[in-house]
Amino acid sequence: MLLRMLLSVVMLLQAGMAAAVLDIEIIGAGENQIPISIAPFGGDPALAREINEVVRGDLMRCGLFRLIDASDEQANTPAAVSYPRWRERGADALGLGKINRLPTGRVEAQFFLLDIVKQRQAIAEVSTVNAGQARALGHHIADLIYENLTGSKGIFGSRFAYINRLGSNFRLLVADSDGYNEQVVLARSSPMMSPAWSPDGSHLAYVSFENGHAAVYVQSLLTQQRVLVANFPGSNSAPAWSPDGRQLAVVLTRDHGSQIYTMRPDGSGIQRISFSDAIDTEPNFSPDGQSLIFTSDRGGSAQIYQMSAQGGTATRLTFGEGANFSPRYSPDGKSFVFTHRVNGKFYITTQDFQTGQMTILTEGGWEKKPSFAPNGKLILFASEGRGRGILATVSSDGRVKQQMFTQSGDAREPVWETRR
Amino acid sequence: MKKIVISGLLLSLLAACAPNPPKPVPPVDTSAADAAAKKAAEEEAARKAAQKAADEAAAKKAADEAAAAAKKAADEAAARNMLPKEATSVYYPFDVDAIQDADKPAVQAHAKYLADHANVKMHVEGNADERGSNEYNLSLGQRRADGVKKMLELGGAKSDQVDAASLGEEKPKAVGHNEEAWSQNRRSDMIYK
Repeated sequence: MLLRMLLSVVMLLQAGMAAAVLDIEIIGAGENQIPISIAPFGGDPALAREINEVVRGDLMRCGLFRLIDASDEQANTPAAVSYPRWRERGADALGLGKINRLPTGRVEAQFFLLDIVKQRQAIAEVSTVNAGQARALGHHIADLIYENLTGSKGIFGSRFAYINRLGSNFRLLVADSDGYNEQVVLARSSPMMSPAWSPDGSHLAYVSFENGHAAVYVQSLLTQQRVLVANFPGSNSAPAWSPDGRQLAVVLTRDHGSQIYTMRPDGSGIQRISFSDAIDTEPNFSPDGQSLIFTSDRGGSAQIYQMSAQGGTATRLTFGEGANFSPRYSPDGKSFVFTHRVNGKFYITTQDFQTGQMTILTEGGWEKKPSFAPNGKLILFASEGRGRGILATVSSDGRVKQQMFTQSGDAREPVWETRR
Repeated sequence: MKKIVISGLLLSLLAACAPNPPKPVPPVDTSAADAAAKKAAEEEAARKAAQKAADEAAAKKAADEAAAAAKKAADEAAARNMLPKEATSVYYPFDVDAIQDADKPAVQAHAKYLADHANVKMHVEGNADERGSNEYNLSLGQRRADGVKKMLELGGAKSDQVDAASLGEEKPKAVGHNEEAWSQNRRSDMIYK
């Protein structure tokens, strides 16, 4: 059963919504927010309202836009819009359109984005989705707007996976970028950790302790069918997909100590690629598939290292005070994000490959397991709030922060879909 | 080996406690020489009696000691037989996987038990506190559990008697961002199956 969720944005209080699973709060905002208005959509009233809310919620939450009220705008087509009126109100852009239920049962959106400054049509698009996917249509429209106005690909239509822990019950969940449309991938009374998206978004690899030790599974999100791909004595963990989806890097202790191996996603063709007497874990493939970054304590404390995806000599990337964990490449491959522990706190931190410059993005706390959104503009991570494990995001420039509260239990081990 | 030494000691103590054979009583004489001899004989008897009392005291002391040693050995044996009922935990400093000196005798006692009971199997579960990534902590917990398994094997347990797994930081015994909780979570549990 899919659980309905409430999106509650501090600045945009929506009355009459209930049953939140993820409750979202925004902290901070972009420096130069783009003023934009989204007019009420015409057509089927209920669908129009639902999709309009999705679009506005997405734009509001990302912190890059300032929404100007447009509830009095009656226009559903560009011809009916008065550009000077919107110029006067200070909007740079106006979104409008119609949502229709087609005879086939599908839902159609006719959407326009008007550039108020240049007084021209910026987007005109007609999209359809199956009945029941109205929210996806809203995310699609928000992505179109985002891409047009920021030049970066939108991420509202992408998903993330995380683990919900409530007492000794664990659930592996997948949700839309706004926390809605939550699907339970697996529920167990033993721990689960380290979900990892296949590059096409069709499968999740993860670690489950259901057999009394950590073992790696790969599960289809379409058929729910799953395969136990690594179940050697000791621990089997930290799955990571190669960008072409043909390989999984995993960490096994079968040959003594945590070492990195590669295998096909069905568990065949196992090859050891790291050879140290230390802990080598949390491998992550570069976007071109040529290299891996990983965590190792070979130097005495946990630090980030890089090596060829075929193995070989590793180069240490992080230095200085503290320890560093959970590295992941940015989608453009120019930097990596990780969690930096110093003086008893964890900070979400990025480091540029070329300059070696480290940038701390957060105030610090119990901040773990960062992953980039597919466009590289946002970082999702596990944090803590109201005494619980929560999910949080920070923009890659550190300016905009969001917190997502689960209704019950702890949110852990989030990971953003890698599909771009 | 220890058992054999104790048994040998018990045998010699049993011999020491055996009653002495009756001694012949000398005839009574009234002459001075006889008197002197009698005195000497009396003195000899007194000396013998004292010696006998001392011997008996020493024997009793040795017997008590032997009984105490036997009781201690029996208690130890009983304690070893009790082990399977109780899981034992060993604890670690932060980010350390070496078994601490204070915990070594406990691990060695389990090793001995496993060596003496080839049909008994043990599950060693390593855990870590939350100060690291979940994956790093899984590896750290595994290293802790593997270290316990190794010491058990060095102490005579067979490799297939012991399996070692890690829960990392996933199942904390104590919850809280403080040393009191962390110290309980940096732990390996030895659990008989």
